[in-house]
Amino acid sequence: MPPVVCFQAAVALLGRYPALSGFDLEVGPGEIVLLRGPNGAGKTSFLRACCGLLAVRSGRAEVLGHDLVADRRSVRRHVGLLGHQNHLYSDLWVRDQVRFRAASAGAAPDEVAAAMERVGLEPRLWRIPTERLSAGQRRRVALASLIVRRPRVWLLDEPHAGLDAEGRDALDDLLVDATGAGATVLFASHELDRAEAVASRIVEVRGGRITEDSGSDQTGGGRPDVG
Amino acid sequence: MLGDVLLVAKKDLLIEWRSRITIGQIAPLGVLVLVVFAFALDANAELLERAAGGLFWIAVLFGGVLVVQRSFDVESEDGNDDALRLSGIEPPAIFLGKALALVVQLASLELVLGAGLLVFFNTSVESWPLALVAALGGTLAFSVCGTLYGALASGVRVRDTLLPLLLIPVVAPVLLAATRAFEAAFGLSTDAGWNWTGLLFAIAAIFAAVGSVAFGPLLEDG
Amino acid sequence: MGEQNAPAGQGPMTATPATRVLGGVAVLATVVALLLGLVVSPKDVVQGDAVRLLYVHVPVIWIAYGSFGLTSLASALYLWRGRRRADSGRHYDRLAGAAAECGVLFTGLTLISGALWGKITWGTYWQWDARLTTTVLLFITYIGYLALRRLPADPTVRSKRSAIMALASFVNVPIVHFSVDWWRTLHQQESFGLGEPEITGEMLWSLLFSTLTMTIVAAWLMVHRYRVIRLEEMLDDEGLCAAIEARQAEAVGS
Repeated sequence: MPPVVCFQAAVALLGRYPALSGFDLEVGPGEIVLLRGPNGAGKTSFLRACCGLLAVRSGRAEVLGHDLVADRRSVRRHVGLLGHQNHLYSDLWVRDQVRFRAASAGAAPDEVAAAMERVGLEPRLWRIPTERLSAGQRRRVALASLIVRRPRVWLLDEPHAGLDAEGRDALDDLLVDATGAGATVLFASHELDRAEAVASRIVEVRGGRITEDSGSDQTGGGRPDVG
Repeated sequence: MLGDVLLVAKKDLLIEWRSRITIGQIAPLGVLVLVVFAFALDANAELLERAAGGLFWIAVLFGGVLVVQRSFDVESEDGNDDALRLSGIEPPAIFLGKALALVVQLASLELVLGAGLLVFFNTSVESWPLALVAALGGTLAFSVCGTLYGALASGVRVRDTLLPLLLIPVVAPVLLAATRAFEAAFGLSTDAGWNWTGLLFAIAAIFAAVGSVAFGPLLEDG
Repeated sequence: MGEQNAPAGQGPMTATPATRVLGGVAVLATVVALLLGLVVSPKDVVQGDAVRLLYVHVPVIWIAYGSFGLTSLASALYLWRGRRRADSGRHYDRLAGAAAECGVLFTGLTLISGALWGKITWGTYWQWDARLTTTVLLFITYIGYLALRRLPADPTVRSKRSAIMALASFVNVPIVHFSVDWWRTLHQQESFGLGEPEITGEMLWSLLFSTLTMTIVAAWLMVHRYRVIRLEEMLDDEGLCAAIEARQAEAVGS
């Protein structure tokens, strides 16, 4: 099976700074990969590179068969990013927000309500401007916006942060369901206990490259030995 | 593509509707500008009547810069520019959609200012078709130029003073032509108002093309 | 490359044998131009000595337009090269910046010389004629361009936006020119226009020589400005290799 994500000696620059200094990683379909590492290691940069927001200058970088070095735009509609920011328009209602993201991804309007319910946003919240929500609720709106796009690759940057226990459980269920349906998940997290429980593979990122890789474990879940 | 243009325009107008910035803050500001002009020109009725066309468009300029600024501020916050890049909407559609929303917002501003002209400056309109079509042309031209330069001057650490500096030399011909057309419409001059109006639409078309092409590269690297 | 290492104690200089020659020629040409303009060429029948400002006012605007044209060309090339490979074509971006600065300088000179000439001949510093009005808008347009070049953002973002603005300005300047011209021809009223005297013989030669002199001076300025920009960028780049090594060291030394 062709890998979903394939990076070899990838170098990516943030201005003049090498965010990725030779990144090697191959991810197969259905995996849930946890990216661990200290702050500034390159986890966020890698996730951004996977959705074509960060240009890869040299090496090889392919996601879903799209060559990111040659063209980093075409892959974008097939992946979903939950980054540090929530991508919310503060004046729009929750419902407006998710509807807009859904429409721009070509999703059907009825999927909007389903997505919002899936992340635990009650209908009473749907007509509230996002600026009036709590941080955790805003995060859920961002998550709903991601789900409604049905991406084949989920790129999540510290997704558990800001969510309460209930939200975190819902998120874990979501990830398992998504991969069950054929998607692939890559996420960065500092919440190691919870993250390692749901991940099928753990990689260590340091200095812009992978330093440890537990190897792929297609069975999912469990806590594989870190090489 | 048209669907995406309308989608983006709807989103911007929905933001406007929920926040009511143009109607609630910028339109009153426009009226204030007209009032302050009366102070500057010593409430000389004849002078105000002569100058009404130009003062109208200056007030549109002040208000318009603020509307454009806001249109791009919402895209810079919370990483919304990233979201636009990831959305898969073609950049020309984003450009035209935002410009279209600007047209609607400026039109609402102009309605208020127009009422102000009729009331404060005792403007009488000889040719309503000319006035309305010229207003449309001027608004279209201003909106496409504003969207292009709004994108150039947008971003998290950019100062608010950059946009007016970049935009005003570009919309100067628009102001010029629109004022001449209005003066003809008000019966104050014998200029060929329709020719000036034609120039407005030509400028709008040119910058719509330039903006559509330029927006992709502009959106790309922030 | 174009830079030399200066004696110990100074940084690299932007002078080379070629530019020293160019500079020398510029100085020489200026002296000759001054002679021609102030002494050799005749007074005008109508304006007297005041017409000598012509030898400054006319060439500077030509050079300004030429510089801005160069900015636009360089910007187009920068964007075109950038499509093939990111981060290539930076020399075009530098050229665009150097040319624009030169253009702004010469546009400023146009306005000043025009104002002086107007004061002497017609008694007013300013008139709303087509050329002066267009010149003032041109001036502010490119001051805006220079402001954009100093955007507090990623250098690639800066360069790309500047290039796009330069091309948008290339489209806009003729529009401004056309509209203002049309406006002033319709509304001449009492504007005299800076009526240019008939230019023949010695006046023509002086004018042409003056133009040549200014072109040489402008070229000299641009070369040096380009090199200074390049030195600034080299300073940034030196950090890059060291940064990559330090980054990879993070990976090892954990």
